[in-house]
Amino acid sequence: MTSETDEVVLEVSGLKVHFPIKAGSLIRRQVGAVKAVDGVDLTVKSGTTLGIVGESGCGKSTLGKALLKLIKPTEGTISFDGSDISQIYGERLRRLRRRMQMIFQDPLSSLNPRQSVETLLTEPMKAHRLDFDPKTKVAELLDLVGLPHSAANRYPHEFSGGQRQRLGIARAVALEPELVIADEPVSALDVSIQAQVINLLRELQERLGLTYIVIAHDLAVVRHVSDEIAVMYLGVIVEQAPAEQLYEHPMHPYTKALLSAVPLPDPKAEDERKPMLLSGELPSPADPPTGCRFHTRCPFRQPTRCADERPALVEHSSGQKVACHWADEIASGTITPREEQDAVTTAR
Amino acid sequence: MNEKQLLSVDGLSVTFSRRGRDPVEAVSEVSFTIAEGEHVGIVGESGSGKSVTAMALMGLLPERGTTVEGSATYREQDLLSMSRRQLNQIRGSEIAMVFQDPMSSLNPVVTIGTQISEVIRRHHRVSSKEAANRSAEMLDRVGIPDPRRRLREYPHQLSGGIRQRVLIAIALACEPRLLIADEPTTALDVTIQAQILNELKELVADTGTSLIMITHDLGVIAGLCDRVHVMYSGRIVESARRYQLFTTPRHPYTGGLLQSVPRLDSPQDEPLRPIEGSPTDTIPWTDGCAFQPRCPHAIDQCLEATPHLEPYEDRMLRCFNPLKGDEDDKRDR
Repeated sequence: MTSETDEVVLEVSGLKVHFPIKAGSLIRRQVGAVKAVDGVDLTVKSGTTLGIVGESGCGKSTLGKALLKLIKPTEGTISFDGSDISQIYGERLRRLRRRMQMIFQDPLSSLNPRQSVETLLTEPMKAHRLDFDPKTKVAELLDLVGLPHSAANRYPHEFSGGQRQRLGIARAVALEPELVIADEPVSALDVSIQAQVINLLRELQERLGLTYIVIAHDLAVVRHVSDEIAVMYLGVIVEQAPAEQLYEHPMHPYTKALLSAVPLPDPKAEDERKPMLLSGELPSPADPPTGCRFHTRCPFRQPTRCADERPALVEHSSGQKVACHWADEIASGTITPREEQDAVTTAR
Repeated sequence: MNEKQLLSVDGLSVTFSRRGRDPVEAVSEVSFTIAEGEHVGIVGESGSGKSVTAMALMGLLPERGTTVEGSATYREQDLLSMSRRQLNQIRGSEIAMVFQDPMSSLNPVVTIGTQISEVIRRHHRVSSKEAANRSAEMLDRVGIPDPRRRLREYPHQLSGGIRQRVLIAIALACEPRLLIADEPTTALDVTIQAQILNELKELVADTGTSLIMITHDLGVIAGLCDRVHVMYSGRIVESARRYQLFTTPRHPYTGGLLQSVPRLDSPQDEPLRPIEGSPTDTIPWTDGCAFQPRCPHAIDQCLEATPHLEPYEDRMLRCFNPLKGDEDDKRDR
């Protein structure tokens, strides 16, 4: 949410991550693949936040890990500041990693319980053999995330969930990275604490000029931190748009369903809210539906084309990118969802 | 409301003690009533005592090291002083519970069909064939496709959403008068949560079942419950009808909670106003108000005396310095 420049930090094209499924006891043959990420294109501009939302199993975490090359991509290019990460190995990759860091979901399992806060926070600098003064650096980092200096000699178990997440964030920004990928940064925290961490993330972005990719399943959280949002379904991006626009005018049926499913803490809005109920559940990414991935659950589904042809992510007049054959027709109201009654009967 | 009270809980408190440690009062002074067909919500963060309250009502807390005080009158009988045998007759048939994690509440080595039939046959004298028929009917009612086939499957073969539906089917199999749902949709994705909440809403409305919904999600409560109790550090701090609670929260904790949750319908640029500190920054209720260390509205009295749950305007409130009218609290905080 800060000074936007048009400088592109990260450019991803045609990214695929497939996990092989093997069978046979003596001779292991590959019999299929779980297509966790199946053709994703993204660009992230410097100083902005890209939010990636989707339900569990849609491949959002795999995508996040592949961007840092914690998982090797099967296909496609990830270009960070001009160099293709997927083709870089060894020392060069290590040096590049200094500029891209990750914040994990569960701070307790991502912080070593036997290291003191000081050791935890200085380890990144040691790993990259940087010259620094541990005392001042640690004090500086603790100030940055709003923890007292006395925290330096304590251990992770002595902190509450929110404070631990602050430590995780301090460690991620210790190397002054350009890009920070946060995978579900607040979902393990109590409701009253989530807002503190969200505000901290926004504040750090302003002060340090960070570029974020925030991965989360909570649409309200993502909306509060993101400039641009990509919605994922079964390994592909189905819609990408500036945050406010996506929430005001969702175009893809899946985005519409996702937004209407979130309960609001307001009885009046709640009484009027008509959730667009989807039939069935997420299909297996090992055997995704043909054509449009979403057509098996889509209430706007039209005969044959949706099942036969895979829609590409196309930019529409509003600047919104949507992967749906009928996006314009749905927006103008010429195609209406099947009756709710109908949806219920097919579900049964 | 002059409907018949189904359950009335009075002065419930639960204390856990362990040798060599100070006893912990997890829940205290919890009193509420629920009328027939009424839906009541209990909201709170982790550690606020909301689940312990439910477990105590169902008699599910371990006997050793647990002291349960107070009374819970269900149709003229006290659930808390009842013998195990009496309790077994009521649990499952009159009062049922749905837990948060469907994987750990289903038996992994028994088929779904057997698990539902078990409840039915435990409380009704019916043949196994009849029980199987009713089980299939229940699965159909909670929206599971192809129920006959599902009856022969094991929990690991089902997705999270279907498992949660199975749990609801088991809970509703004997048409209970009261259903206690403890975070029934927290482990699920939003689109599945929407499906299940919708089905749950229809089912309880159709059968006239009373519902106690325990959750940390204010959104879930807003659409489902007639009355809401907000818990903090083991005690109810505010009880009100849902419109009043959400539009004019009076307890600073309720107000803070409503302002700190990111919402889909608020302006995006508005920074969130979190409640400072964490739920662990608390003082014992005996020394004052447990929320005092985090409260922006605290006054001296909050550290000197223990606030009690008392009638205030149109609700019950435990606070010395409540939030004022709509306009005021916007300026204040």
